Amino acid sequence: MGKLEGKVAFITGAARGQGRSHAIRLAQEGANIIAVDICQQVATVSYPMSTPADLAETVKEVEALDRRIYAAQADVRDVAALKAAFDAGTAELGPVDIVLANAGIAPMSLHPQPAEWQDVIDINLTGVYNTVQTAIPSMIERGQGGAIVLTSSTAGINGIGGDTPGGLGYTAAKHGVVGLMRSYANNLAKYSIRVNTVHPTGVNTPMVVNEVMQEFLQQDPTMGQAMMNALPVDLVQPVDISNAILFLVSDDGRYVTGVTLPVDAGFTNKK
Amino acid sequence: MAGRVAGKVAFITGAARGQGRSHAIRLAEEGADIIAVDVCEDIATVPYGGATEADLAETVKRVEALDRRIVARKADVRDYAGLKNALDEGVAELGRLDIVSANAGIFSHALTHELTEEQWGTMIDINLNGVWRTTKAAIPHLIAGGRGGSIIITSSVAGLKGFPNFAHYVSAKHGVIGLARTLAVELAPHSIRVNTIHPTNVNTDMIQNEDLYRLFNPDAPNKVAFEEASRGMQALPIPWVEPFDISNALVFLASDEGRYVTGITLPVDAGFMQK
Repeated sequence: MGKLEGKVAFITGAARGQGRSHAIRLAQEGANIIAVDICQQVATVSYPMSTPADLAETVKEVEALDRRIYAAQADVRDVAALKAAFDAGTAELGPVDIVLANAGIAPMSLHPQPAEWQDVIDINLTGVYNTVQTAIPSMIERGQGGAIVLTSSTAGINGIGGDTPGGLGYTAAKHGVVGLMRSYANNLAKYSIRVNTVHPTGVNTPMVVNEVMQEFLQQDPTMGQAMMNALPVDLVQPVDISNAILFLVSDDGRYVTGVTLPVDAGFTNKK
Repeated sequence: MAGRVAGKVAFITGAARGQGRSHAIRLAEEGADIIAVDVCEDIATVPYGGATEADLAETVKRVEALDRRIVARKADVRDYAGLKNALDEGVAELGRLDIVSANAGIFSHALTHELTEEQWGTMIDINLNGVWRTTKAAIPHLIAGGRGGSIIITSSVAGLKGFPNFAHYVSAKHGVIGLARTLAVELAPHSIRVNTIHPTNVNTDMIQNEDLYRLFNPDAPNKVAFEEASRGMQALPIPWVEPFDISNALVFLASDEGRYVTGITLPVDAGFMQK
């Protein structure tokens, strides 16, 4: 018997990386999945973003677990598209219990562009707001409680990320979602809807493990240190973030809300 | 299905009842063997009864009913030699040490300037010094094992903010965070992780007693009035959490699911801190 038998989870950025891992981990515990992803390039992002084939692979892996999944291409900046995907998904799988606002970009490179700031704020902060706003009316109306996890970062606790428009915007957005989480946690507690953030250190995903990001981290020694963990591990794995999220969204975490949960190999405490 | 801490050994202080017993049972359910200690005595400055040897025997029974092994000893976290002996015997019998729950703690109250030297001293000696002694006794075993490990220190929401009427408790619960943060850095090269848990009110004998009811409601020192007052403290619409809610957080931190979580303060507080 899984920990999430009969639950439905709405996950953004689910085509690959952490989002795919969350879809698989929650499905292993019995949840059905509504998966959305932009599946296309954002102009200010220098590493290759997800594709429709990536999202199809997430679908395949969830279905291989005998769980159901509704997947749609949707951009978290596009409220109408997000709502259409959510409505279609819930029509097929039933009402949502769990929301994972995971979609995010890291537009850092050695060739910074002014437009990076707006893109990362639009996706990593406003996109999280759009995701939660899309889901909560039906969760409140249903009256069965629920759990929402916003993916922040060690850059949501510390002033790291560098001094480019994209780096500053990333750090500002990841701090911003903490304020959003704390307000939602208070506002939604009376409905027994819990809201928390996770704060990963560097995770082994295409967002971090790519030539552009490695070049960016190496050009400035302070940026290299921004990924220097206390535990003897360079990068954590997507499943480590998924396991923390599983704790938060399952009954194991039924009284955990308003919490900032680092999964950072001791980075924040050590720095 | 294999348990989440199968084959591991956990050392738990204050294991006779309350959260400590719950941790012992929950870890045993997930496959761990247990080294359980408790003072099993009343403490002079504490206004509610302490655990008894019968309580500790009940913990033993509950763990054995799960087909796990348990070494239980009467030991006081104020007595380093006694604590170390109990742990050393447990490790000798069960073969290893992986998980440490520094859980033993007391509560008492008075305005800060009215606390006696004894009230202050006993509190610090148990809730802060006792946690240090627990880690001091355990760390050599964890390092010698060479398999990493997880130390979980039970703090409180009173480790994260101030409260009137129990400055000694607040100070001790803040203090263990400093200890945990230091140990997290010291022990990271050994892959030994150190974290604190911060419960709100937990449904145990430490809070469910007439003295505490009187602290909350001098005019109506009973459980019903306490429940109402306590319900207003959390963001979620509940008066308190259950011991196994803390145990579930502890299992997350103790297991491989938390293998890269260290140096953190984890509230299990129903939104108390953010409200």
